[in-house]
Amino acid sequence: MRTRIFIILSAILLLVTIAMEMLLIPSLASAQNKDLIQYSPVFYWHIPVAWVALFAFLCVFIASIAYLWKRTPFWDIVATTSAELGVVFTTFFLLTGSIWAKFAWGTWWAWDARLTSSLVLWIIYIAYFLLRTYISNPEQRARFAAVFGILGFVDVPIVILTLFVSNQMHPGDAAFHLDKPQMIITLVTGVVAFTLLYLGLLFFGIHLREDAYEVSKLKETDGG
Amino acid sequence: MNSTQAISSAPLAVETSGVVKSFGNYIALRGIDLKVPAGSTLAVFGPNGAGKTTLIKILASIMRPTSGKILIEGLELKDNVELLRARLGLVAHQSYLYSNLSAWENLDFYARMYGLDDRSKRIGEVIDLVSMTGRKHDRLSTFSRGMQQRMALARALLHKPPILLLDEPETGLDQQALDAMWDIIKREEDGRRTIIFTSHSFERALAVCNDVVILERGRIAYKAQACTLNLDGLKQKYQECTAAVKK
Amino acid sequence: MKFWNSVAAIAWKDILSELRTKEIISSVLVFAVLVLVIFNFAFNLAPDLILQIAPGILWVAFAFSGVLSLNRAFIPEKEENCLEGLMGCPVGREAIYVGKALGSLFFMVLVEAVILPVFALLFNIAVLQSGLITVTLLATIGFVAVGTIFSALAVNTRAREMVLPILFLPVVSPVIIAAVKASAISLNGQSWSDMTIWLAIILAFDIIYLTVPFLVFPYVIEE
Repeated sequence: MRTRIFIILSAILLLVTIAMEMLLIPSLASAQNKDLIQYSPVFYWHIPVAWVALFAFLCVFIASIAYLWKRTPFWDIVATTSAELGVVFTTFFLLTGSIWAKFAWGTWWAWDARLTSSLVLWIIYIAYFLLRTYISNPEQRARFAAVFGILGFVDVPIVILTLFVSNQMHPGDAAFHLDKPQMIITLVTGVVAFTLLYLGLLFFGIHLREDAYEVSKLKETDGG
Repeated sequence: MNSTQAISSAPLAVETSGVVKSFGNYIALRGIDLKVPAGSTLAVFGPNGAGKTTLIKILASIMRPTSGKILIEGLELKDNVELLRARLGLVAHQSYLYSNLSAWENLDFYARMYGLDDRSKRIGEVIDLVSMTGRKHDRLSTFSRGMQQRMALARALLHKPPILLLDEPETGLDQQALDAMWDIIKREEDGRRTIIFTSHSFERALAVCNDVVILERGRIAYKAQACTLNLDGLKQKYQECTAAVKK
Repeated sequence: MKFWNSVAAIAWKDILSELRTKEIISSVLVFAVLVLVIFNFAFNLAPDLILQIAPGILWVAFAFSGVLSLNRAFIPEKEENCLEGLMGCPVGREAIYVGKALGSLFFMVLVEAVILPVFALLFNIAVLQSGLITVTLLATIGFVAVGTIFSALAVNTRAREMVLPILFLPVVSPVIIAAVKASAISLNGQSWSDMTIWLAIILAFDIIYLTVPFLVFPYVIEE
């Protein structure tokens, strides 16, 4: 099944990425540049995970529009699953960022534009799930969640834009200053690995939810 | 703009074909085909949950059907919603009126929403029509249920709609108030107004309608012209239709 | 033209209704003043430090009292199902959104017009300057634009009033943050040119927060 292929592939690539960042990257560091973020392994986790989180929210946005247009439960399922994954990945990139921050700057958090907008993003998508729990009518729930999925997406471009704002604690354009080809390869592998992981989990989650939906439909019509 | 003449030359005021409405897994209307001639009065019967209110709301363009076609005065409802809403009046279960505004203010608000010229004159007319002239500046919260119903009717008639929809209008009204209400409705129309109403009262309905339809579980179970029915016949037919499905 | 007539009718209806009961204004005003008083006790600061946190205090007062006022926006439409009455009117559903937003904007500006002088009095800071007022007005537009659609969402959920702040404040936070930054610049006596970037941000958000809800609002109230 497609899902299995994606997950296996991503697992392999993830292992490769780990190997690359733990072994390859530190070997490139010299005394002067070892403090630069490009030379620490966490960089090669953090960026792919952040990328996937934002991509997941883009998928929520698109699925929400598609739901309002087509009104099929499928798109609501895609939006929900993608939002779920988005929250998980955002949590992960906030955590990895925080751990790195402790080591690099000595503080767990800083209220600069990037971190603040990322935290707000996380809260927005938690609110997405809270909204869903507050509505009992399934059709209304899907519709309202879609509306919120569209409105909440506004923060995503903000998170991306803050990368280009200077004078922040959070390093911004390190990703564009990769000197060595091995770094680029590691980063790209990481991005591909996590994207595949996201897609695999997305398809898996969609299947699970579709089955659950079928079951609920059967239960409802059975009594009639 | 005088769209009145252009549109009302169509013989059918309301025509629906294959109207379906589903709420998630629950199907409220399973394909409604109706033809309501202009100037006629249609009574819609059916037990609770049959889909009467849903049908009325869809005709009033408040709710969109899941599928099917609806023609109001020959025009497709979904393509001409804003135009056609001005041709429809609705009296629903709730009054649609704001309790801390006065009768006059409520009507003035809706008169503006319907884009009426010479608002004060029309509002005065309609308040006189429902015999609420003495209370026109009182807040709606001070009105009894019957008075609120009268004001709801006034609101519905404000823009002189050629098609009037009523959802169980007799609820909460005594016989006298009911007579008064039908008197008001018939009085203003000059026989040209199309009326579709849902009802639980066979006797009252038969007295005022031209056609009858029985709705059961989202389908039209029976339709007939009122002149071919008597009260007992109708009651019996109703029992048959509603009992048949229970089996 | 019909669109704007309906918008004006709805906004006026809301204002008239509120003038009768004075529900929103009274409770929101009292709440806002309370926020200011609490902050006064929470931070026992020297006058020059107050200047630094003043914009924050102001916007906490505005944001929370704004949420209170927005909560009430669609509740009158729920009684007697008035929203359906509006939906049956021969005008696009967007007119309901704009009308409601305008009404809420009026109330919020009214509250701000009272709070600003009270703030000046309590904290001894000259807040009535053109820079700060401009920022406040612009940011309030964005605040109300998003708040109105979330209010329509919230009123249809089980938890109603509790839901609005959770949904709404994270999404509107960029506007509030920008407003606080711009207000700080204004209070520090810096020139308009320093504020430009923040004003531009607020304006950009205003445009987004007016356009997207405008497009999406019919989906919230449909049946």
